[in-house]
Amino acid sequence: MDDLIAMTPCDGLLPVTIGDVTLTEDLPVAMTSIAPYAGQDEALNAALKDAHGLDFPAINRSTVKADARAIWFGQGIALLQGPAAAIELAKFAALTDQSDGWAVVRLEGKGAADVLARLAPVDLRRQNFKQGHTVRTELAHMMASITRIGPDALQIMVFRSMARTLVHDLKTAMAGVAARG
Amino acid sequence: MRIAGKGLMQGAKPVTFSFNGRHMMGLEGDTLASALLANGVHLVGRSFKYHRPRGILTAGSEEPNALVTIGSGAQQDPNIRATQQEIFEGLEARSQNCWPSVDYDVQAVNDLAAPFFGAGFYYKTFMWPSAFWEKLYEPIIRKAAGLGALSRQADPDACEKAYAFCDLLVIGAGPAGLMAALVAGRAGADVILAEEDAHMGGRLLSEVEEVDGKPAADWIAQMLEELDNMDNVRLMTRTAVTGAYDQGTYGALERVGHHHSRRAGLPRECFWRIVAKRAVLAAGAIERPVAFANNDRPGIMTAGAVRSYLNRWGVAPGQNVTVFANNDQAHRTARDLVDAGVHVAMVIDSRHDAPDSNLYPVMKGAQVCSSSGRKRVESITVRSVAGEEKIQTDCLAMSGGWNPSLHLTCHLNGRPQWNRDIAGFVPAPGTVPGLTCAGACNGEFSTAGALREGAAAAVEALVELEIKQSEVTLPQAENDLYRVTALWAVPGKGRAWLDFQNDVTVKDVKQAATENFRSVEHMKRYTTQGMATDQGKNSNVAALAVLADATGRGIPETGTTTFRPPFAPVSIAAMGAGAAGQGCKPQRFLTSHRASREMRAEQIEVGLWYRASYFPKTGENTWRQSCDREIGLVRNHVGVCDVSTLGKIDIQGPDAAKLLDFVYTNTFSTLKQGKVCYGLMLREDGFVMDDGTTARLGENHYVMTTTTAAAGQVMAHLEFVRQALRPEWDVQITSVTEQWAQFAVAGPNSRDLLNGLLKEQIDDTSWPFMACGEVEVLGVQGRLFRISFSGELAYEIAIPARYGDALFRALIEQAKALGGGAYGMEALNVLRIEKGFLTHAELNGTVTAFDLGMQGMMSKKKDFIGKAMSTRPGLMDDGREQLVGLKPVGPVKQMTAGAHLFNPDDPVERIYDQGYVTSAGFSPTLGHSVALAFLKNGPDRIGDEVRLVDHMRGIDALCEVVDPVFFDPDGGRSRG
Amino acid sequence: MRITCPNCGERDRREFYVKGAALARPDVGAGLDEWHDHLHLRDNPASETKELWYHEMGCGAWIEVCRNTVSHEVVSTRLASGAELGGKR
Ligand SMILES: [Zn+2]
Repeated sequence: MDDLIAMTPCDGLLPVTIGDVTLTEDLPVAMTSIAPYAGQDEALNAALKDAHGLDFPAINRSTVKADARAIWFGQGIALLQGPAAAIELAKFAALTDQSDGWAVVRLEGKGAADVLARLAPVDLRRQNFKQGHTVRTELAHMMASITRIGPDALQIMVFRSMARTLVHDLKTAMAGVAARG
Repeated sequence: MRIAGKGLMQGAKPVTFSFNGRHMMGLEGDTLASALLANGVHLVGRSFKYHRPRGILTAGSEEPNALVTIGSGAQQDPNIRATQQEIFEGLEARSQNCWPSVDYDVQAVNDLAAPFFGAGFYYKTFMWPSAFWEKLYEPIIRKAAGLGALSRQADPDACEKAYAFCDLLVIGAGPAGLMAALVAGRAGADVILAEEDAHMGGRLLSEVEEVDGKPAADWIAQMLEELDNMDNVRLMTRTAVTGAYDQGTYGALERVGHHHSRRAGLPRECFWRIVAKRAVLAAGAIERPVAFANNDRPGIMTAGAVRSYLNRWGVAPGQNVTVFANNDQAHRTARDLVDAGVHVAMVIDSRHDAPDSNLYPVMKGAQVCSSSGRKRVESITVRSVAGEEKIQTDCLAMSGGWNPSLHLTCHLNGRPQWNRDIAGFVPAPGTVPGLTCAGACNGEFSTAGALREGAAAAVEALVELEIKQSEVTLPQAENDLYRVTALWAVPGKGRAWLDFQNDVTVKDVKQAATENFRSVEHMKRYTTQGMATDQGKNSNVAALAVLADATGRGIPETGTTTFRPPFAPVSIAAMGAGAAGQGCKPQRFLTSHRASREMRAEQIEVGLWYRASYFPKTGENTWRQSCDREIGLVRNHVGVCDVSTLGKIDIQGPDAAKLLDFVYTNTFSTLKQGKVCYGLMLREDGFVMDDGTTARLGENHYVMTTTTAAAGQVMAHLEFVRQALRPEWDVQITSVTEQWAQFAVAGPNSRDLLNGLLKEQIDDTSWPFMACGEVEVLGVQGRLFRISFSGELAYEIAIPARYGDALFRALIEQAKALGGGAYGMEALNVLRIEKGFLTHAELNGTVTAFDLGMQGMMSKKKDFIGKAMSTRPGLMDDGREQLVGLKPVGPVKQMTAGAHLFNPDDPVERIYDQGYVTSAGFSPTLGHSVALAFLKNGPDRIGDEVRLVDHMRGIDALCEVVDPVFFDPDGGRSRG
Repeated sequence: MRITCPNCGERDRREFYVKGAALARPDVGAGLDEWHDHLHLRDNPASETKELWYHEMGCGAWIEVCRNTVSHEVVSTRLASGAELGGKR
């Protein structure tokens, strides 16, 4: 039998552009949650720096180096996006593969924050939610992670199984924003 | 009638609209009310109870009378205030609460029967007998009394909801609000200025006055230009702030699409939740009518509304106008009308010290005591020391003074305070944390005062926000003293209306007092005063003044009813925005969803998940046929089922085993690596929370599975235990439910199937019962667990979700080659009932380990969650309902979940209840129905007969109590 | 309603799940009366009260929230891990 073929969470759903906002699927090669063990924060930070050139992100922040991004992903957890996590990190932190657990989309365009204002109860306007800022929040009843990855680009993550709802709700909000003109 | 050159709409485009099927012209910027008045239409609707002809009373959102229905068919939108609805090309509006037409309304006979419809009428008349209420009275009342009707069709237009954040929310864009926004905006604060009207400016749009030495309209334009150029200021028109909530949260309703013809994607309304660090309430004031006989006739309006129509929209609501007032401000109406060339017949002022005028005649110390006319006022009767006198008029502008719009200050339980000087209630300071009142809503009625208070409120907010303020110069503006002498109701015969929409009269309020409904809250409910869509904005203060008078108390002692959200009506569609259809809740789809749809599988909702219920084959007409066949596949060959919905929790760390030992009743610290164990989890109160299997993948690494139903609950519980109860333990937990697609491969041929796909072959020695470990399947690393929920030789294979679709297809293909295939939830359910395995049908929150026969799983050697309370008296009594199996032995062969059990000789009554059925199905394997049930003292009654009764489905069956494991009780098949 | 998560900052109540009163687990060996009290008996004060909230849609922290039931003021919040709720062992 042939080897298995991979399918992305938003397969067949994206990309889509409505008004001046574009929604695309933006799936990193790998995603690993990194939860340091007791008293290992510093050791982990050093190892993370060595292996991936990244600092462990502060609360509500992310760090970036080349193709690697570390997003604060909850209390005591970072999500490494991009490269597979270096095995040395496992000495200092619980590493859990999340590469397939999340739908990752990019919402880009001038009205991106206006679109999310219709779905998430957090202030994502550029002046308050700057590049590199991240939140764990609720998006239309889904647990979500939202990170500003560009001046007008937001990365949104929800559980993989909810990809279709995510796209549906984002498209509805995009249409509402676009129709106001 | 429109007056050339008058108003703020010079050069506006003409717009065609229709009212009750009649086409009319208006101007862009008109409200429906101003356009109707421009067309000479005064009769707009019929009142709620008596179907009295009603016209336009006000020029704002407080309008009680002129409610219309906009649009038709599915887009029909009832109870829209004509005073707020902007006209647009093609707008269709209709009167409501009248039949066959607003001019000739059959139910106007109610008006003649008015003596029977007084206060408390519904309560008194329809009290008895109670059955009549539902069948007779209510339908008649509902038909007779009502506002607009819904279309009863699905609404194709969407509403929207949104969140906004700011340092300072300014509510209302009159002089106070504009000034507050300007001061805060210039200082750099993040400001939202929300205005209910389509245009900012507030009363200044309706008054002839100068601000900063220029016409008010020019000053407004200059302010708006500056505000609009500030990036830190957001201007929101057509946005009514409807409620003040905790921690600086405000609700606001934006009318987005109401003033356009339909546009794809454009929501009709948007419900905003605005979070503000500080707020300024600058909501202005609402003018109150005076109660006198027949004060509800079309053509009788508030004096301020007449000025609005004249000065803003250039429309004179009459040709021969009279004014009735108790305050100086209302005299401006006469002044402005005369300036515009409209005849003012008389100004009647109830005060003896009213100002004189050389522009129009003034009667001092006089009162309007009645009006006449049919569908529009034709004359009024004025009473003075000289006696009664009739004056011809086609429009009466009345003013009983102004009530500050303090509604939001009551939303967090604040009580307004009575202010004698303005004969009105003013907000008590500090009732909404972070909110300051400014201008007319604070009882300061001059423009200069509003500007001053607006600026001061902004400065106060800036101090709190620690933002440095910039220089503020207050512009010159009108600074008249507000002189008013209270006048609530003019004595005399005939009905004097207080609440126009709910048809409440002075007499009704007095009657309530007579019948001892002396508390203002009781009077309100007894008379329905203030319970209409305007929520008493126009009438509450006058009504309680009448009540105060009737009960011989003062107004402060009588107190006022409180105002609750919303300030203005909010449609349910707006509050529920986004929740219709697919937006109701997230939908979760399996990686096998596409493939199972291709196989024509029926889907069933399991929580948020969609799972395949069964996979119909050609020729199968019922679900039972498919289900029976699928069970056969598993029992005889091999079946494949997506079980990814089960919760999976990755547990790592030096104290991982401790955590598991603490949350499970049984012990996991002794579980060998590469092995799986069944675990039972209790709540602290000793009842079962969940069950599942947990695999030990490494020394400090476990993966727990939960039931689908309890996945979220168990995750929260583990986090609670880890963070709150045992924070010193070094253990990390992560949900991996979505990371892994997991498929059950069950049946005698399951091992053969897997060996066709795995890189390394497995056998019973290398992969014994309850073994787990890593495997490579078709080039991808996965996990294999030898566990069985069917009682067959079975495995669950987990693979990163991206390969779920491909692996599912490969498994199905392999299964078919071995005589098997896919099975769905129906078959899975019967398979597990045959084995007496549990789901949340059994783990229903009221069962204990003892009830399940699992008391042996409760370790005596360690503490665990729920241990203490599981030993309390009553939780292990023999009399408890305990798990058993049932099979039918009488002529009725069907058993149903939810049915109750009785001893065959007992009456079928609640007190004889012996237990209930939790799960039932037909076992093609055994050839009869099988059910799981909780039965009192069940295990001791194996072999007894019980009577199963399901009143809902009309089933009454005799059953034998059997062991809950129907099939393969030794478990040899799953171990083999 | 808004609650300040010690990690995330002030957030909308939609992100939280409330469990109930913040009470320490009875000590190991505690009698049934103490357990009954812990599980079933509540004071319901018209004043400040401590509750456990879970920042479920946010960072996943369990939080002890001190809240005034009359004014609805959220007086203070801290991580439940620092609230000594585990009982003596
Ligand atoms: Zn948090």
